[in-house]
Amino acid sequence: MLKHLALTAASVTALTMALSAPLVSTAHAQAKEQFFPVLSYRTGAYAPNGTPFANGYVDYLKMLNARDGGVGGVKITYEECETGYATDRGVECYERLKGKGPTGAAVFHTLSTGITFALTDKSFTDKIPIITAGYGRADSVDGQVFKWNFPLGGTYWGAADMLIQHVGKKEGGVDKLKGKKIALVYHDSPYGKEPIALLQERAKMHGYELSLLPVTHPGVEQKATWLQIRQNRPDYVFLWGWGVMNGTALKEAVAVGYPRDKMYGVWWAGAEPDVRPAGDGAKGYNALTFMAPAGQGKVHQDVLKHVHDKGQGTGPKAEVGEVLYNRGLVAAMMSVEGVKRAQTKHGKKPLTGEQVQWGLENLALDQKALAALGFAGYADNISTSCVDHEGGSVAKIHTWDGNKWVVGAEQYTADQQIIKPMIKASAVKYAAEKKVAARDCAKELASK
Amino acid sequence: MFYRENGQFKSTYREDQQILGIRQDRWFIFGLIAFALLVVPYWGSDYMFRAILIPFLIVSLAAIGLNLLVGYCGQISLGHAAFMAIGAYAAYNIVVHFPGLNFIVVLVLAGLVSALVGILFGLPSLQIKGLYLGVATLAAQFFVDWVFARVKWFTNYSSSGGVSTAPVEMFGWTIDTPMEKYVFILVVVMVFTLMAKNLVRGHIGRSWMAMRDMDVAAEVIGIRPMYAKLTAFAVSAFYAGVAGAMWGFLHLGSWEPAAFSINFSLNLLFMIIIGGMGSILGSFIGAAFIVLLPLALSQALPLLNNLGLKVDTAMASHLEFMIFGALIVFFLIVEPLGIARLWAVAKEKLRLWPFPH
Amino acid sequence: MATKKNGPVIALGVVLGIGFVAPLLAGQPLGFFLEVTLGGLMAGVLYSLVALGFVLIFKASGVFNFAQGAMVLFAALALARLAEWLPGWVGIPAGLPALALAFVLATGIMIVLAMLIERIVLRPLVAQDPVALLMATLGVTFFLDGFGQTIWGSDVYKIDMGISKDPTIILESMFQGGILISKEDLVATVIAAVLVLGLAIFFQKTATGRALRAVADDHQAAQSIGIPLNRIWVIVWAVAGFVALVAGMVWGAKLGVQFSLAQLALKALPVVILGGFTSIPGAILGGLIIGVGEKISEVFLGPVLIKAFDLAGGGIENWFAYVLALLFLMVRPEGLFGEKHIDRV
Repeated sequence: MLKHLALTAASVTALTMALSAPLVSTAHAQAKEQFFPVLSYRTGAYAPNGTPFANGYVDYLKMLNARDGGVGGVKITYEECETGYATDRGVECYERLKGKGPTGAAVFHTLSTGITFALTDKSFTDKIPIITAGYGRADSVDGQVFKWNFPLGGTYWGAADMLIQHVGKKEGGVDKLKGKKIALVYHDSPYGKEPIALLQERAKMHGYELSLLPVTHPGVEQKATWLQIRQNRPDYVFLWGWGVMNGTALKEAVAVGYPRDKMYGVWWAGAEPDVRPAGDGAKGYNALTFMAPAGQGKVHQDVLKHVHDKGQGTGPKAEVGEVLYNRGLVAAMMSVEGVKRAQTKHGKKPLTGEQVQWGLENLALDQKALAALGFAGYADNISTSCVDHEGGSVAKIHTWDGNKWVVGAEQYTADQQIIKPMIKASAVKYAAEKKVAARDCAKELASK
Repeated sequence: MFYRENGQFKSTYREDQQILGIRQDRWFIFGLIAFALLVVPYWGSDYMFRAILIPFLIVSLAAIGLNLLVGYCGQISLGHAAFMAIGAYAAYNIVVHFPGLNFIVVLVLAGLVSALVGILFGLPSLQIKGLYLGVATLAAQFFVDWVFARVKWFTNYSSSGGVSTAPVEMFGWTIDTPMEKYVFILVVVMVFTLMAKNLVRGHIGRSWMAMRDMDVAAEVIGIRPMYAKLTAFAVSAFYAGVAGAMWGFLHLGSWEPAAFSINFSLNLLFMIIIGGMGSILGSFIGAAFIVLLPLALSQALPLLNNLGLKVDTAMASHLEFMIFGALIVFFLIVEPLGIARLWAVAKEKLRLWPFPH
Repeated sequence: MATKKNGPVIALGVVLGIGFVAPLLAGQPLGFFLEVTLGGLMAGVLYSLVALGFVLIFKASGVFNFAQGAMVLFAALALARLAEWLPGWVGIPAGLPALALAFVLATGIMIVLAMLIERIVLRPLVAQDPVALLMATLGVTFFLDGFGQTIWGSDVYKIDMGISKDPTIILESMFQGGILISKEDLVATVIAAVLVLGLAIFFQKTATGRALRAVADDHQAAQSIGIPLNRIWVIVWAVAGFVALVAGMVWGAKLGVQFSLAQLALKALPVVILGGFTSIPGAILGGLIIGVGEKISEVFLGPVLIKAFDLAGGGIENWFAYVLALLFLMVRPEGLFGEKHIDRV
């Protein structure tokens, strides 16, 4: 009865060999290549948001190859794998891509909190860094436990903290939040649940009333949610949605007459695909934006010149400069800069994940460096260390005016005094659960 | 020519009743097991273990469980992933509250918890059957999903609603590398396969099949419908629970209720229908089909680019859906009894080949 | 049988009735209660539209068509994209005229598609096990999901029927805050009513409709008086395709046209269980009961449960419909208006 196991095994081997044969041969022919895996989702319920991000990511890599011949003289190769935002498919993609290229995958962007959770466990043995720019596990900021995770540029705890700061400011001080009602409408998954811990912590401090309204995947059923909002009339609604859920939330808000300017989305609930379906109804809606707001800078001109004008654009030209496209660009830039930094230590050759980890841990991108990369105004400072894998977290609020996103002047930073102890506690708990030995950063520094 | 049984005589009842009655089958199976246990661990890659063999073996076990219920007892379940979820969360809670317990004990306990819930959700089967029962099991699916997402106790008050597990340890052996996981899972699956095979050959399996073929007649010859149906639900849920616990601990490591969604349930059902209802072998074939086909497609389709066709990732994944759906329909039309049936026919032919008369 | 089982049905009805008015007894404001009920009714109308497609096909051919949800998505995508493209192709003004023409075209597409499914997939499987048939339609679902996104795209699209989306508040003098009604929902209700009326006329007054009913009542008898079964099945699939288009238009206008629409098929399952697999009025009534039950339970029972069990959020509407259907099955397996002869054990 196990007969077919052999068949399976045989067919699988045959298949993998057939598939990998051409790749292996090219890899041998020109071994000076750095391989970048791309986990993306271009189909299914989250495709409207996943597609522009993936396009931006891939376009940046294409542009570097065309403009600079790769990174530090090493040609960039990449391969996309469709995860469909599903954890098991994500794990399969990771396994498929991690060994490709002469040195294996340099760094992964998981693009899903669920996949991040699953891959974090594997990172300790596989030694391949995972960048989760603005998503993933908040506690992975702690590089002593999470050696391979890099939540560069922000976490959900930071995001929630900034939103509270913002509405506090609007009320005239966070102490004025006492007795106010805040409703969190969230995607019912680890992604949506991440901010709850911080919002509850802050609620204890400031005395606002937090109500939790989960929305089930994929998020088209929200009538009851918004009826509750109509009845309770919270002072603010925080939207922690992704994909079609955001647009539906805005439509339902219109339908129950909840003022859009009282609604604040996380940075993944503030892009063009979220507001466009709601049409005029989305006017006045706010969301956080980190790293890249909408618009075009120098790097976009390079992408247009070297990629799109040659007819090699991954997606339509019109999307260059949209919020999620830009975030894809920045994400690719982070990967490449990690490799570049690691090249200063290990030489300009294809690097392994372990070597790139050092690069990501020693990033020092200030505005000057970013401007040189063409990201002036489209990325914030990142400076990481063994202890801090986030590298700084600032964000602004932008508002949809019916046609475009208008970025507010105020810049927010997460209050580390509140977040740090939470991160520490959570990381320690993880280390104990998973039996992970924490690194000693002071010692590692001293030994150098 | 090679698959002939002449010259093989059975002189005792014992010989007559063995599972693998034909010598060639026996050699083949033992050879295969030796290959899977002794050769594959040294030769397989991480990708092979983690992305193919481990998921394949675990879902095979779940598919066997479902097949016992649907294929042998004729009771449909559209929500079998719910029982996997119960197994996974039960194992998680057992490990949290009784750290250090041997993992095999944890697996069995998780299976038992799942079996109890299986009996509970099997109760409607005493009243209704067919598609109606399917809807009752769907209720189990959605209710269980909801419970694990909402009741904080089950996730040990984790803030993100997901749970994560430590590497499995037993007898001082840490099951850590993909190869070790594979070997452990393989052994578990073999043991449970053997159990299933014996269950369905035995008294209880026969009473399930009687129930499936005609419930009234079965009752007339003295089979208690309640006992037969509820044992089927219990055993089936037990298998699913064990599979679920392994899926959570050994395959995913961290999971959330969405890991055991309705899509998983439907996939399990696909496996046994494509593979063959009422066939243990069919469960494996079906699992291989459903696990491997999407992977093969998603790897093969981009190769079309080499032929000059422009197939981007989006197109490839859409095509994957289409081909997957079309193949399912194709197999249902060509052989509604499943691939296992094709295999059996081939075997019959082979026995006589090359002299059919 | 029927008399024996009325007791439990009545009991369940009474329990549901009490559950329904319980929020009022618990001191919830009447205005808000009415609003939630109304919201539930509107959602129920939308469920009914999908459930109708199920019932039509099941009645005539005994196939439980899981692909109905995928057909709704496909239809909505076709409608939205055609309405977008047509002005560029034939130069008719964008907006309602384009939408109308797109609707006509999409009707044709859906009818052809439904016929093809019937002819290619289900005809060869006639007389197979119902579960195999169900799985075949699941295969069709996969195919349509991929196919639809390939030709029409996988972004979010709009269907603009030109109805204002802003809420209307009525009876403000009677209730504090008034009662909120959305015009879109009202239009959806009207469309559903017209569709049901049209179907009723089709079934009662036309020869084809009568033949359909004959087939639904007894395949063999219908065949023996010369009604061609194959033709009837094709027609019924075509009608189901049209119903899917209407459902897709209404849902799409409300929620935007996107992949997730296909998931709504799962919502319609308990509706048909409740209403009976073979009854069109059952589908309508079942949809309304499920819609109202869901919203009432989510809005009023949810917070109570959260407090009592310290839950992480509500969301009970996800399983409420199924549990309701299950309870109902236990006391009345044939559904509200279903045919009496049912497989009982």
